[in-house]
Order: sequence, then structure tokens, then C-alpha cells
Amino acid sequence: MRYAAPTTTDEALELLRSDPDSQVFAGATDLIPQIRAGRPEPSLLVDLKRIERLVAVSHDNGTWTVGAATPTSALTANAEFSSAFPGLSEASGLIGSDQIQNRSSWGGNLCNASPAADSAPALIVNDARAVIAGASGERTAAAADIVTGPGETSLAAGEFIIEFLLDDPPAGSSDAYLRLIPRTEMDIAVVGAAVQLTLDGDRVASAKVALGAVAPTVVRVPGAEAALAGSTLDDDTLAAVSAAASDACNPIDDKRGTIQYRRQVAGVLARRAAQIAAQRARSQPTQGNS
Amino acid sequence: MTVTENPRTYKYVGTRPVRHDGLDKVTGKARFAADLDMTGQLRAALVRSPHAHARIVSIDASKAEAMPGVKAVVTGADFADLDPTHPEFDMAVNLMARGEALYNGHVVAAVAAVTAAQAAAAAAAVEVDYEPLPAVLTIDEAIAKGAPIANTTNRTLFSGDAEPSNLASVNEFGRGDIEAGFEAADIIIEREFRTAAVHQGYIEPHACVADCGQDGKAVIWASSQGHFAVRSKTAAALGWSTDRIKVIPAEIGGGFGGKTTIYLEPVAVLLSQKAARPVKLVMSREEVLRATGPAPATKITAKIGATNDGEITTLQSTMYFDNGSTKGFSALTGAMSVASYKLPNLELHAIGTVTNTARSAAYRAPSAPQAAFAVETLIDELAQRLGVDPIDLRLQNAVVEGDATAMGMPHPKIGFVETLEAIKNSDHYNSPVPEGAGRGVATGFWFNIGEQSSATVNLNEDGTATVVTGSPDIGGSRASMALMAAEELGLAVDRITPIVADTESVGFTDITEGSRATFATGMAVVNACRELIEELKQRAATIKSADVERVEWVDGAAVIEGEDRLTIPEITAMAKNTGGPLTATASLNAAGAGPSFAVHVADVAVDEETGETTILRYTAAQDAGTAIHPSYVEGQIQGGSVQGIGWALNEEYIYDSNGVMENAGFLDYRMPVASDLPMIDAIIVEVPNPSHPYGVRGVGETGIVPPIPTLANAIAAATGVRMTSLPMSPPRLLAAITGGADG
Amino acid sequence: MPRTHALRTQVQCTVNGDEVDFLCADETSLLNALRDELGLTGVKEGCGTGDCGACTILVDGKVNCACLMFAPEAEGSSILTVEGIAQGDELHPLQQTFLEGAALQCGVCTPGFLVAAKALLDENSDPTETEIRYALAGNLCRCTGYDKIIRAVQEAAVQLNGASK
Repeated sequence: MRYAAPTTTDEALELLRSDPDSQVFAGATDLIPQIRAGRPEPSLLVDLKRIERLVAVSHDNGTWTVGAATPTSALTANAEFSSAFPGLSEASGLIGSDQIQNRSSWGGNLCNASPAADSAPALIVNDARAVIAGASGERTAAAADIVTGPGETSLAAGEFIIEFLLDDPPAGSSDAYLRLIPRTEMDIAVVGAAVQLTLDGDRVASAKVALGAVAPTVVRVPGAEAALAGSTLDDDTLAAVSAAASDACNPIDDKRGTIQYRRQVAGVLARRAAQIAAQRARSQPTQGNS
Repeated sequence: MTVTENPRTYKYVGTRPVRHDGLDKVTGKARFAADLDMTGQLRAALVRSPHAHARIVSIDASKAEAMPGVKAVVTGADFADLDPTHPEFDMAVNLMARGEALYNGHVVAAVAAVTAAQAAAAAAAVEVDYEPLPAVLTIDEAIAKGAPIANTTNRTLFSGDAEPSNLASVNEFGRGDIEAGFEAADIIIEREFRTAAVHQGYIEPHACVADCGQDGKAVIWASSQGHFAVRSKTAAALGWSTDRIKVIPAEIGGGFGGKTTIYLEPVAVLLSQKAARPVKLVMSREEVLRATGPAPATKITAKIGATNDGEITTLQSTMYFDNGSTKGFSALTGAMSVASYKLPNLELHAIGTVTNTARSAAYRAPSAPQAAFAVETLIDELAQRLGVDPIDLRLQNAVVEGDATAMGMPHPKIGFVETLEAIKNSDHYNSPVPEGAGRGVATGFWFNIGEQSSATVNLNEDGTATVVTGSPDIGGSRASMALMAAEELGLAVDRITPIVADTESVGFTDITEGSRATFATGMAVVNACRELIEELKQRAATIKSADVERVEWVDGAAVIEGEDRLTIPEITAMAKNTGGPLTATASLNAAGAGPSFAVHVADVAVDEETGETTILRYTAAQDAGTAIHPSYVEGQIQGGSVQGIGWALNEEYIYDSNGVMENAGFLDYRMPVASDLPMIDAIIVEVPNPSHPYGVRGVGETGIVPPIPTLANAIAAATGVRMTSLPMSPPRLLAAITGGADG
Repeated sequence: MPRTHALRTQVQCTVNGDEVDFLCADETSLLNALRDELGLTGVKEGCGTGDCGACTILVDGKVNCACLMFAPEAEGSSILTVEGIAQGDELHPLQQTFLEGAALQCGVCTPGFLVAAKALLDENSDPTETEIRYALAGNLCRCTGYDKIIRAVQEAAVQLNGASK
């Protein structure tokens, strides 16, 4: 196995073109354990962290641009970002220990394509877009369209994500992410639930709900979103959110949880995340974006 | 932290000096086995069975042997052919399969090469032809009628049965009249309990380096709980005489019973002999979990009866303990640990099973936690039904000196009542249960053992001393040895250097197990010191031309006729002229290990929508006899508590239907992390053991016994749900809460 | 004679304040390079998968598991291991409080805890108990139950704050 650390996206693309058995990586926090567990080593490893765009974070003209290899610790430590997207920041901060946090990234978390990736539901409810480098130039895709199944992505051979784009959240909106793990740290999500909603006075104007670890890919819960829209988060609404979330699950029984457990807890976490997101949205300034 | 300190009758014992090996361990200098490298050293890798049970038809290593850097390959054919009745037969077959692979992960061959990568590649190229055999994976499968035999060499211990069987051992014992006991009872409670296999979870994977010379003698650097046992077990597995093997103890990175047996050393020695170069063999974490040390899975039914006055009249229990691939004593020690209450009528059936899973190993108070889960849950339920305080019910029935143990022998002087009272009087127990939480208490017992130890105490020319023993320092025992020597000699602790010596530099010493190091090896140190003091008095008499009868030893000095004083440095300075170096050696087979009791209390909150348990407060009291170094006694109590907490809440071996462990890594074998826990308040109770010069009882093990029932009882108090299977993980607890069924 | 293995890569970096270089196969973990090429065996392997923290080191001031880095990634970086925590003959306050507070038993996890705790105190001089517990959640200890480790970190924070006032 050879290692290369390009400093531009063009160099990286050229390396990927040069070796069909090449593999990009950022933190390697999934890759190295997978190789230890028997995954075949690629013949060429391309380290993306030395490309400036891949590790840059900026906020201009109402849009956040986050390099795909940016360590998640840099996001949780970014007060402005964490205040704009508290749920996404929390989700990012749940990916492993402090040691892992200095390596883990949205690009890696998403492209590893685990159904349980913590950042994925939170990116999706915030309508994140991915800017993708490829042989024919850059293209943009919704973060929701990247993962197509466990270990499978829509990226073509030789493509990689450069950065993510996030628009400033609308006034009166916020987000939340909750996950269930057996311990308090160091585990993979058994269930994850992300909610992003916008309030109009006391009522929810619109909401997005996504669940992780309960299906081959992140699932949106249109039933819960519809129940939330126009509601005041009364008990009936919250019960409907729970029921819709449980129904949206298509989970498996495995060493981390049972089908029944995942269904039950998905409903609980979706409801609690909606309440937290609403609480946060209420404390947002009501005027438009600065 | 609350501590019941010993009365200040000692100058050094009971103080908290910095441990002698501490500096090396905080600066990264301490050398564990995997940290050692020898000139010309090869690296080795193991070939493991992918089947839970299979006949090994053939092994072809020719491709592996031809690969770059490969210097040696060994298989079962290279090892001594032991008779199945040999006491080390199971250990030897476990470290290298002969004829049959008995579990997924069983070693079938080993390779040594110049680099670790070459060894791993060559191991993957060893071609093994397996004929899969039917596998038995659980207790229920093992005892089912017509079950396939998991290990055809197994004969049931204590049965006299000559036929192969899936029963590892069968014991029955008890007393009184069990039927009369139930008739006298007003309340009878019966439940079935199940626990999953768990691992000791030491952070250091097994490792060793072996160097076998052309003279046929081998030096082994090993991380173990007893290097003399490494020597004897290696000798047995190889069919060698003991004098061909020298074992040098490396620092040990945790054992908890799991390093009382061996897995690697004979393999490394044979590879080294074939290659004529040193060989280093280090397990990965996956190998550790797949193929070493689980504590047995269990199925226990227990039935208890009591009168409305709270007198426990009888206990009946059938306990199945799964030993994994070979026979063993796990069921027996489980039954023996039922010894905390005056049980006039008692009937215990202890049955060990054999399955095609990794061979079980000792784990801290082996088998007592599983038995305590059953018994202490039933006692908690009795207290609940009777409407009495759970500690008062236990006090009413607690054993005291002279009461019978499970096996019928009388208890020596014990401190169970004192330990119960320590919790009853604790701030924790007298504080209100937090809103919405539940409080649970439970107790634990471990008998502890003595066994053989040796110690040599040498006085240096300047009056400093070395204390040489053969007990590896697992968690501060060097400091304990130095403290006892300091107390005896009247020499400051920092003038004493405790040394863990190799098998050729100190007398035979048994494994550090049964919480025996501070007790038994400590006793040898004390005896050697006392002999040395006699010699020091003699030398003082010689120097002062006095009658030795007129010399007393006071505070580190010989006092002649009540006035003239000679200190140790003054005597050692004259050693050459008074008879030569000052040294003394003692060895013993220690009797009178004092049993230790523990009582724990926990407050927990349960999220009844997700099944998550949060421990809000935890207090553990334990009888240490006398705490030689209180900090390390507290450490043992706290560490044992947290291992028990992990066992209770999340740890478990998860096997698929083919007997493959699905969670062979620290990601999904979920040991407690710092954020899972509160402080563990340790209360040291001191009821001195009359059989030890300082009153020491072993403290290493008992702490792991109460946590499982303590948390189960707390969860019952918080939720109303009695959990009867482990772990009480969120999915299981939620299923029990929402299903209304037992866990 | 044809080569049977790839030539190794040279990596230059700073380790515990010293400029060093070493050779490694590209797939070598930084953990193995530190241990085998530089002799820094204070960095331990407990799992090899980033789940135990025994190999915790600082890379450019940030905690990392050395087992989860490829050795060539260290090029140009500054690495601190447990061997570099003490200032000459003066122990770091954490080393001292771990010793005095009996915060180690077997000692194999201790190097990782010391490095992770140092990283915490470098960033947060007065952490709460909960902050300490979460900051150290990536480090497994099986001997102590964490109690004395947490207390030793608290005590070191007090000493460091006292020294800086």
C-alpha cells in the first residue's frame, strides 16, 4: 500500500485516476479498523487533509462552507457555527471520543456510508449540499443523495467530496439531534433522530425529521413532518410524531439493538428532538438573518 | 472519601506512600511484555480455527514456509502428547489444538517470521483442511438430550464417569432438611437467572518474548499473574523439565484472573527453538476477546423461603456454569460462594458444562458474582415482601464466626456484620433517595486463598534494604510488601526497594490469585524480616560484646540493655566483621486466608422510555482486615465495583449461530467509560484477620461480587421490574419495562 | 535479486521536542512507528481500533490515537508522547498527582490518560468533574474504576491554577 498527500484537488484527482485501486481518506477512523478486520488494503491511499479547501470553514453571504475533511472538533469548537446549527454541531460532536473528534469529518462520516453515521441525519434535515470533485469538474448534490446503502454511495469512481454548503437557517428555526447508545460515549448509534423546524409564532411553520440507524440509509419521516407543520407541539402532535417515526423504521436485529427496540426508541427520540428544536427556535431572535 | 482507618498502632502500615514502581509507570518507562525487544528477534502470528468445532484433517504449511522472512512453523504435532488426565492437559490443548478445533478462534498453527507483517501473511497462507463437526454453543444445547459432544476428551469431574460428556463437573452439597425448611417458610420465592459470558477486559493484550538457545534452555519474558506458573505450564505443554525454563516477569497490564493461565509461551518457545532466534508473540484485542478468558455464562434457578419474622429457613439452587471448551471448577466455586447467611437448610447443585466456545478462565472472585445475582435478588425481594429494610433483613440472617459456609466448614473470624453496619451508617444510606430514582443494596463474599510464597530480604551495606518476592505486582503489591517490611524493620519505606524477581532468583511462589499476594507473600516478607531482626540483634550483641538475650529490637534499632542503641546502618556497616552479609529468606504455604465481605449501595435513575440506566451514586464497603496501603485497597474496591457495573449493564459475549463472537472489540464489547460513572465511594472496614501478622484479608476480589444484584435491586426499586438476565442493557430493560416481563 | 518488499518512506517530524526521522512502510500505523522505529514504548496498544486510548498522543497539540494514524501522516507534525510530558527532571503536575493519588494500578493505560488529561487541562484549566469524565471517555481503564484518575486530574488542575496565579 502506498500513501500520498496531495495539496490540491487536481493532484488528488490525478492520483485517483492513476490507480483504480485507490482510496481517499480523511481521518481513517473507520478505514483502519476495517483494514484490521480484513477489508482488503487499497494499493494507494490518498490523504485529503493537506488540501486547503478540504479543511477550511467559512461563512459568507448567508452560506457556510465546510471542508469535507474538517475535523469535527473544529466545528464543535466554532461558537458561531454551533449557535447557528446546534443540532448539527452536537451530532458532529458525538462521533467518538476527543481522540476521534480530532480526526473524524463529515466527508468521512458520510462516505463510510454506515446507516448509523451521526452527522448524516443532521446534515440532511439542514439541507446540506455536497460539492463533489470529479474528472469532469465539480458538481453539487444534496447530502441526502450521497449514501445509497450500507457501504454504498452515489459517488463515481475517482470522485470525492470537497466541501459541504449550508444556508443560514431561516429566522425562528433551529435543530436538534439525539441518539441512543448503551454507554454515554464511544458507541455507535442504535438509533439517531434529527429534527429541524421553523416556528411562526407559536406554531411550527415547517419541519424536517430524519432518522439514523433504523434502515439501510437515513430515512426522512414525512408523517412526522406533516404532523409538526402547523402544530403547537401539543401532546397529540408529539404522539403522532412518535408513531410516524416508529413506522418509518425498517431496522434490523443486530448486536447493537433489536428491531422492536429501534422502533420504540426512534419514536421517543424523534419526539424529544422536536421538543428541543422547538425550544431552541423559540429562543432565536425573531428578526431576519443578519 | 469515608475511610475507617485502623487505630494508629502502626508507623508505616496504613500510610499511603507513593508506590515504588510508580515513576516508571507515569513516565512511560515501565516495560510490559510487548515493550521488550531482543536482538535478532522474530515476530510470530497464530492461525486460528474459523469453525466452532471441526476435525483437523490436515495442515499444509509448505506455502507459508516458502514465503519471505518465514523462519518457523509449529502445529499440534510439535507439542508434548499429554494424557487427558494430566492436570495441564486442557491448558496445553487450548493453546494448540490437537486433532480437533474446539471453538472458533482455537489456535491450530503458528508462524515466526522476520517482521510482524510477514508472519501475518504467512499465517494466512497456512492451509488447514477442516471437517466441520456439530457444535454446542450454549448451556441449554449442552445439556439437551442427544446433544453432540463438544469435546470428546472431557470426563465429568467429581463423577467418576468414564464416558465423554458435556458436563464439566457435578457437585451437590447442602445441609438440614430442605423440605422442612420450605414448610416452615411463610414466603417462598423462586426465579431463574441467566447471565452472558463476559471478559476480564485487561487493557494489555497477552504478550511474551521467548529465546531458546541451542542448549535447549529457554528464557521467557512474560506478562502474567505468576511467572512460576508460566514456567510449570510451559514445561508441561512442552514435556520439558522445569530447569530448562527461566521466566522473567514483565510488568503486567491487568489480569483479574485471566492471566492465571497461559496461551502463548510454549508456542513462542517452540518457534524460537526451531528458528534459533528470539520470538515475540503479541495478541490483538480481537484475539484476546475471541480466544481468552471469558467468565462463564450461567443459568441458575434459586428458591428461597423465609418466615414472616424474617428468618431465612432454606435455600435451594441449581447452578449451571459454562466452562467453554474444557472442564473446570467454575460451578463449584459459584456454589461455594453462597456463604453469607445462616441457612439451616441448604441444597446446592453445581453443574459445569462444556461447549464449543472459548475456554473460560478465572475472573475476580470466579463465579461468585453470578451466584450473588441470584441469591441477593431473592433476598431483596424477601425484604420487599416482608416490608423490612434490606440491610436489617441481612443483619438478621448474617453469618458470624462459627456459622457454616456452603461446604459446611465454620467461618473463621469475619466482618460481615460490621460491613453491613458500615453501609447502614453511611451518609449515602442515610440520605434520601433522589426523586424518581431507586436504591438497591446487595452483598458479596469471597473466601480468598493462601498458597505458597517465598521472600528474601537483603540489607545493603548502607542499611537500605531490598525485598525480593515472586509475586507480580498487579496493582500496588510492591508498595504493600515494602510497607510491611518497613513496619517490621523500622526502616523508612523509601529506603526499601521491593523487587519482583525471576524464577531463578527467588523461591517458588504461586500465582497471584485468590487475593493472596499481600496476605501470603506479605506473610513471607514479615517472616523473613523477623528472622533478619534476630540476626541483627545477634550482630549488635557481637559488636557490643553483649549477651544477645539482653538485646531488644525497638523502632529500627537494636537496644542493648535498655540504653546502648545500634541502628540498621550502624550494624550493616560492620557486617563484614560480624559474620558477613545480612539476608534472610522465608517461604511458606499460608493457611488462614481471611474471607472478605462487601456491601454495596447504589442509586439509579432509569429512563423508562429508552431503558437507559444512570448510576447517580455508588458506595462500596468492604472488610480489608487491615489496609496495608489504604489507597490501593480503595482502588481494588472501586475497580471491582466498576467491573461489576459493566457486567451488570452492558458487557456480554454475543455469538452468532456458528459460534463466532460478533463483538470481539472494545467498540461493541462495552466496558464502562469514565462518563458512565459517578465517583465510587469506598469505605474500608477493618476487622483484622487473626491468621495474619497485620490482620490482612485479601481485598482484590470481593468488590466485583455485589454490583450486579445491587444494580438489579436498584432498577427494581426504580421501575418495579425485576431483571433476571444479564446484561441489563437498554434494549433488554426497555423490553422488560414495556413488556412487563422479566428481563 | 528482485526486491520482495517496497522501499520504505522517510518521515520527518518533531517528537517530544526533538527533530527526528524514521523509515516506515506506508501502511504502518503511527503507533507501530513510534514504538518500533523510535523506541517510544510508553505509547501502548490496547485495541488497535481507537476504542481504548492507550496509544493517546498529541499531534500538533491535539489528542489522537496513534493506532488510527498512518505513520506517513506524521510528516512535518509535532508529536508529544508520555515520554515528553515531564520537563527534564521535573514531573508534570499530572504525573505527580497520579502518583500521590494512586491513580494507577497496573499502569498500562496510564500513559494515554496522562496525555489526554494534559490536553484537557491545556484547553480548560478548570474543568468540572463531568467535563473531565467526558474528556477521558476515550481512555479505558479496567483497574481503578476511574475514581482516583478523575480526582488526580482535579488535583492537578488546582495545582496548575495555583501556580498560574
